[in-house]
Amino acid sequence: MKHIVPAETGDDEGEGLLVRRIKNGTVIDHIDAGEALNVIKILGIVGSTTEALSIATNVPSRNMGKKDIVKISSRELSKEEVDRIALISPKATINIIRNFKVCEKQGVEIPTLIVGSVRCPNPGCITRTNEPIKSRFEVLPDEKGLRCLYCDSVITKDLTSYII
Amino acid sequence: MATHHIISIGDFNRSAIDRLLDHAQQIGKKKYDKNALDGKILAVLFFEPSTRTRMSFESAMARLGGTSVSVSSVEACSMAKGETLADTIRVVSGYADAIVIRHPKEGAARLAAEFATVPVINAGDGAGQHPSQTLLDLYTIRQSMPIDGIDVALVGDLRYGRTAHSLASALSLYGVRLHTISPPGLELPPSLAAGLAEKGMEIIVHTDIDEVINDVDVLYVTRIQRERFPDSTSYFNIASSYRITPELLAGAKKHLIVLHPLPRVDEIDPRLDASPHARYFEQSKNGVPVRMAMLMDVMG
Repeated sequence: MKHIVPAETGDDEGEGLLVRRIKNGTVIDHIDAGEALNVIKILGIVGSTTEALSIATNVPSRNMGKKDIVKISSRELSKEEVDRIALISPKATINIIRNFKVCEKQGVEIPTLIVGSVRCPNPGCITRTNEPIKSRFEVLPDEKGLRCLYCDSVITKDLTSYII
Repeated sequence: MATHHIISIGDFNRSAIDRLLDHAQQIGKKKYDKNALDGKILAVLFFEPSTRTRMSFESAMARLGGTSVSVSSVEACSMAKGETLADTIRVVSGYADAIVIRHPKEGAARLAAEFATVPVINAGDGAGQHPSQTLLDLYTIRQSMPIDGIDVALVGDLRYGRTAHSLASALSLYGVRLHTISPPGLELPPSLAAGLAEKGMEIIVHTDIDEVINDVDVLYVTRIQRERFPDSTSYFNIASSYRITPELLAGAKKHLIVLHPLPRVDEIDPRLDASPHARYFEQSKNGVPVRMAMLMDVMG
C-alpha cells in the first residue's frame, strides 16, 4: 500500500500529520523537500511493495524550512541502504521503530562506493549491456560527483535522473 | 598472489611506467631472453578492427617464444550466439596464460579482468583507455628527449580520441605543459581537463596551431573522424585547418617530434614523412618492444 500524504501542520517534528504512527519499521526524517520519491527510488522500493509506505512532502520544518518524511512499516533499513540516501539528502535522519518506540536514531553518511543503484550516463559503458555485472561508482570527495569504475564517466549533476 | 592486469594508464604510478619503459628500452637493444615466454599462450580477443595493435602484440609474443590464439570479430565467436563477454572471458581463461582484449564498449577490459583467472591487457575499449598505446607514445618521446617539463601539443579529436586521453593522463606525472588544439565540439572532456588541472598540470587551449607550433617539443596529432560532422564539406573545411604540413613546421624547434597513433587520413601531409620531425612510423614500430615488456610484466 502506498499513500502520498500532503503535509497539513506546521509542526517541525511532523506530529499531527495524517500519517499514522507505525508499530515497527523505519522513519526517514529530514529529507530535503521534494526528494522523498527519489529516496524511495534509491532504496529500491519501486512498483508493487508489500510494506505499508507513507510519504509526506513539503512538511514545514523549523530547521529546514520544508522537509519530506518517509515511513516504511515492518522493515528496518540496513546502514548500507540508508547511506545511499545521503547522496540526495545528506541531512536525513533514520529512526528505527520497534513497538511504536524509536529504538535507534542515526544520520546518514555518504558512502565511498555505490553498487547497483545508479545507471552510468555513458551509453557506451559496458554496464549498459546485458553483462552479469552491477554498476559501480566511486563517490568523489568534496561533492565532485560519482565516477563509474568501469568507464570513468563522472556524474556531476542531476544524480537523481540516473538512479535505477 | 593477485593476478596482474594492465587496464588503464591511471593504474600506473610514475615509477611503474619508468620501470616498464626501461625494460622496453633493454628489449629495444635486443637484450632479452628469446624464450622468456616459451610454452605460454596469449589469447588475442579483438572485437574491433586493428592492424598495428593486434599484429604488434602477436609479434611481441612470438619474439618471446610464446604463441597466440585469436578471435577477430564478434561474428567469429560465440558472442554472435548471444554469449556474454563475461562467459567468453571465463572460457578463454582456460585456454591461455594471458588475454589481450579490444572491445567497442568502455569498461569492457575492466569487466574482463573481473572474470578472468589469467592476466588481462586492455588493447582499447571504445573511447576509453588504451594503455599500451600510451606506453609506446611515452617510449617514443623518451627516445628523443627527457619527458620532464616539456611542452606537448595535442591536436585533433580530443573528445573521443582515447589515445589523447590516456597520454594526457600519463604526461601529468611528468610535469608536462599541455597545449590543446581541437575543432569546436571535439575539445578535451571537461571532467578530464579538470582532473588533470587538479594534479597540477598546466593546460593551455589554443584555437590555431600557428599560435603554438614554434614553442612545443612534441606535436601529437590524432585523426578527426568524418562521422563526427554533419556533412563532407564541414569535415573537409575543419580537417584542412588541422593538417600538418612541412610549411607549418618551418619555424618549429629543431628537436620537435611529430607523433600520430595511426592510421592517418588527411591530418599529416605525406610530404612530412621524410622530415626528421616525423616519428610516427618509428612510434608504430616501438609497439613491439613496449608490448614485449608488457607481456613479460604480466606473464614473466
